[in-house]
Amino acid sequence: MTSTNATAPAKLPAGDIPWNHYRMQKKLSDHIVDVIIWLLLAAIVVIITYPIWFILIASVSDQNAVNLGKVTLLPVGFNWDGYREIFADTRIWDGYRNTIVYSVVGTALNMLVTLPAAFALSRKELGKVRRVVLFFFSLTMFVSGGMIPTYLLFKSLGLVDNWLVFILPSAVNVYNLIIARSFFETAVPEELFDSAKVDGMSYGGYFLKIVLPLSSAVIAVVALYYFVAHWNEFFTGLMYINDDSRKPLQNVLQAILLSNQTGAEGSASLDAAAQQELADKIKYGVIFVSSLPLLVIYPFLQKYFNKGVLLGAVKG
Amino acid sequence: MSHKSNAPKNAAAAGMMSGEIPDNDAIKRSRPLPVRIMGHFRSYWQLWLMFIPAVVFVFIFHYIPLYGLQLAFRKNSRSGGFDGDWVGFKYFEQFFSSPNFVQTLTNTVRISLWSLVMGFFAPIILALLLNQLAGKKIKGFIQTITYMPHFISMVVIVTMLTIFLDPKSGFIGRVAGPDNLLNIEAWFTPLYWLSGIWQGMGWGSIIYLAALSGVDTSLYEAAKMDGASRLQLIRYVDIPTILPTSIILLIMDMGKVLNVGFEKVYLMQNPFNMQVSEVISTYTYKIGILSSQFSYATAIGLFNTVINLCFVLAANWIARRASDVSIF
Repeated sequence: MTSTNATAPAKLPAGDIPWNHYRMQKKLSDHIVDVIIWLLLAAIVVIITYPIWFILIASVSDQNAVNLGKVTLLPVGFNWDGYREIFADTRIWDGYRNTIVYSVVGTALNMLVTLPAAFALSRKELGKVRRVVLFFFSLTMFVSGGMIPTYLLFKSLGLVDNWLVFILPSAVNVYNLIIARSFFETAVPEELFDSAKVDGMSYGGYFLKIVLPLSSAVIAVVALYYFVAHWNEFFTGLMYINDDSRKPLQNVLQAILLSNQTGAEGSASLDAAAQQELADKIKYGVIFVSSLPLLVIYPFLQKYFNKGVLLGAVKG
Repeated sequence: MSHKSNAPKNAAAAGMMSGEIPDNDAIKRSRPLPVRIMGHFRSYWQLWLMFIPAVVFVFIFHYIPLYGLQLAFRKNSRSGGFDGDWVGFKYFEQFFSSPNFVQTLTNTVRISLWSLVMGFFAPIILALLLNQLAGKKIKGFIQTITYMPHFISMVVIVTMLTIFLDPKSGFIGRVAGPDNLLNIEAWFTPLYWLSGIWQGMGWGSIIYLAALSGVDTSLYEAAKMDGASRLQLIRYVDIPTILPTSIILLIMDMGKVLNVGFEKVYLMQNPFNMQVSEVISTYTYKIGILSSQFSYATAIGLFNTVINLCFVLAANWIARRASDVSIF
């Protein structure tokens, strides 16, 4: 008898089929299911990666080849012209700089406001206060003033054409707050609180010296969520920013990419055609350049995603 | 509350003033209310200090706009102030009787129901497939790939869509015929939810994978002993496992039925597809922001919020009746 069989037969009812025998019987159908699963997953992977791969190879290919559909799997007529144009385009770099500033400052404020609040609301000693404040936050997920009252408020606060519109209104995201709160509640052992109490620590000291160092997982996830939201923000720029020099990257992109589409139909002169070709060329590279930072960051934080999403689902 | 039950009361009282973490058994005694409130603040002022900034931000930017909802019942003023005369439900009646009402409402419901239903099943299917993989590395690799589109901005997604659908140069557009699919009314909704699945499927599967990873493996063993095939394992073990999660997510999604993402629709709109692509939020934007009819637009927005709330409550009620799972 092998070691695997040593314990198994004891659990089996008399006359049942031993495990290995069962495996051999089921092998064929299991293999068919295996093949189908692999084919489906392979199809999904191809469907998700090909569009991104296409943008990448089109950005370094000869534009005529792209337009004629000759670019399919590898770059054709490899060149860096598109990227050279992008590097020379001040609109894109202004937008890039703005987005970096808004995202970094915005995320810093997000963390500064969200984490302490989440910690405070994870403390059960607050009793009724805690429930009232949590309800106060959660209600905003279902009831809102809507686009126009919000716009008029922001206007009267002087947030139109003001970069703070990217920072202040989004300082707290209730969903992220709930994630952080659930983490502090479930993942930080209560014994630590007891010993901190014995040591005569204040709540602030306990939070800064004990809770935060243990919470790198949730800090990473929440910071990433906030950063992604800032980086991809388009609506705020559309609503509140008219001054071109303050527009974030996404709104600059929209201006470039949409103006290409509509401007192309006007004249048919050679000059316009050349202009259009260049614009088309920038298009691919600009997509890649604008998405790159996030696509580089997220795989490093992937191991925390499960935790983050699960904690968000465990609602109060 | 178990942690403080065995701490000596006098020690807690001594630490109270110095900002140390107190034991609130001491203040729980039946003393007059003002004294108890003072005691509460003396013990927990640091916690208050920690959540007050968040409360202030949420109050200013989410609650004060609620006060502005009265605009929906006041005569429009170009400045957006609250000085217009009270007109009751005039703007609601104006909206309900305008041809745009039926059009924007049906467009909104059609687009969101399609993406809700399709976007609900796609992540579940992906999670069930990924859960069948034994190798941790390959599973992680496929997850990394499928998460990628989640991090791409809406502007870029829509731009990619226009590039691929271009009849001359796009790899979809070339085989799809002479017209750009984005200009064809019948294709707007499918393009909307298909690209939505492309972007959201991987990210949406995380929560189901987490639920599936919690399945007791002895359950699989027992089912295999009974001669269950792999498909039966999925049907009788995996799917029941993720059912509660999926119902909760469905309820949450129902609350957004009239909240079709403004950005994506706005970016996909063009003069050719406007008949099927004008939704409530884009219409509100055009009426309110672009032509300054603040009161009318506020009324439309309020109507939207109320319907959303009804949808959440209804979905919650149905789910509770049917399966004992609910969020309220």
